[in-house]
Amino acid sequence: IAERSNLAGVQHILLVLSGKGGVGKSTLSTELALALRSAGKRVGILDVDLCGPSIPRMLRVQDSAVHQCDSGWVPVLLGQDKAIALMSIGFLLERPDDAVVWRGPKKNALIKQFVSDVAWGDLDFLIVDTPPGTSDEHISTVEALRPHQLLGAILVTTPQ
Amino acid sequence: SSSSGDEALRDKRARILSRGLPKQKPIEGVKQVVVVASGKGGVGKSTTAVNIALALAANDSTKEVGLLDADIYGPSIPKMMNLKGNPELTPKNLMRPLKNYGIACMSMGFLIEETAPVVWRGLMVMSAVEKLLRQVDWGQLDYLVIDMPPGTGDVQLSVSQNIPIAGAVIVSTPQDVALLDAHKGAEMFRKVHVPVLGLVQNMSVFQCPKCKHETHIFGADGVRDLAKTLGLDILGDVPLHVNIRETCDSGQPVVISQPQSDAAKAYLKIAMEILKRLPVPPA
Repeated sequence: IAERSNLAGVQHILLVLSGKGGVGKSTLSTELALALRSAGKRVGILDVDLCGPSIPRMLRVQDSAVHQCDSGWVPVLLGQDKAIALMSIGFLLERPDDAVVWRGPKKNALIKQFVSDVAWGDLDFLIVDTPPGTSDEHISTVEALRPHQLLGAILVTTPQ
Repeated sequence: SSSSGDEALRDKRARILSRGLPKQKPIEGVKQVVVVASGKGGVGKSTTAVNIALALAANDSTKEVGLLDADIYGPSIPKMMNLKGNPELTPKNLMRPLKNYGIACMSMGFLIEETAPVVWRGLMVMSAVEKLLRQVDWGQLDYLVIDMPPGTGDVQLSVSQNIPIAGAVIVSTPQDVALLDAHKGAEMFRKVHVPVLGLVQNMSVFQCPKCKHETHIFGADGVRDLAKTLGLDILGDVPLHVNIRETCDSGQPVVISQPQSDAAKAYLKIAMEILKRLPVPPA
């Protein structure tokens, strides 16, 4: 019996990248998600910045916990209408200040899980916020998303 | 007694766990290493590292200072120090650092095309960092300033596990999300037993060039509060000033090009505070 993939209900996947740190990837990902929701879309945000997960704080849900269901992790649902689903390593840490000091292979393992083991449900857009650089997180994310509908990537930069 | 048995077990466990780790070995010729890190990207690590290196040299012209750009993915040092080109090899097959303003520099940026991305997994990055540390003919340096990339991952671990570090300087803006990451950065150094010398509050305030009105774009005093929480000192406060960015973009950092400016003085002060907190250098 073929299992329905957790990403089967996701229409479009958008990566937000930059190369340089601190240019506003997380800010843009958050605002974009909110803007899409205002336009009536169902949106998910996947925060694969394992060392510096900012999105929970930006959406004021840093104290939320994630739960397990049959198909995997249940993302944190935001808003009255529960129209934004969010998954971040921030929810898995015991304390928000805990440092995640991991080497590549461990990060890769978690990212694979984030991609395949989160019960996203039916979404119009899944926005993936990445950390600075062009490293393990980026390679693993793109590899894990390859079998799915990757719409494309948005590059964020400042004029500097 | 059972407590000495517990301690013996802990020691044995620590010894077994550390067997896989690289042995810490100082870089030949380098007396003290200061790393500039943050956790968060884009808070001014490279700008601060460059200006600190220049300030250390300006403060005492008898001291030799080196600058290592450990940001493999986004090396900024070549541009900021106005250096270009592939390093020469010495007869011993070591890379000769490129020098400008009296500072010996090495960066991934000298080894690849300016626009070429480095899309590498951790393992390759570790090996690149090893080369940038050990296969460079640094000569005799009093201080080696290392500009770290953002995050708390492979590069940070590789550097702290491979070489003894005299101290770490953590740079942050006062913004909440930056402070969150700076806190993680400080925590990381604690985990790998690297002493944190203090925090630098960067981009603290912006003064309008026309009306002189001051705006705290990234919030006010967030870094001071974090320092208090972590029991660390503030080494200095650097305002958000067009000059600092412009001079770095043009390869003439403010400490060198405008030594009388407030910005340069802020960096000189930070260098002094670092020197105050470093242990006595080895003979």
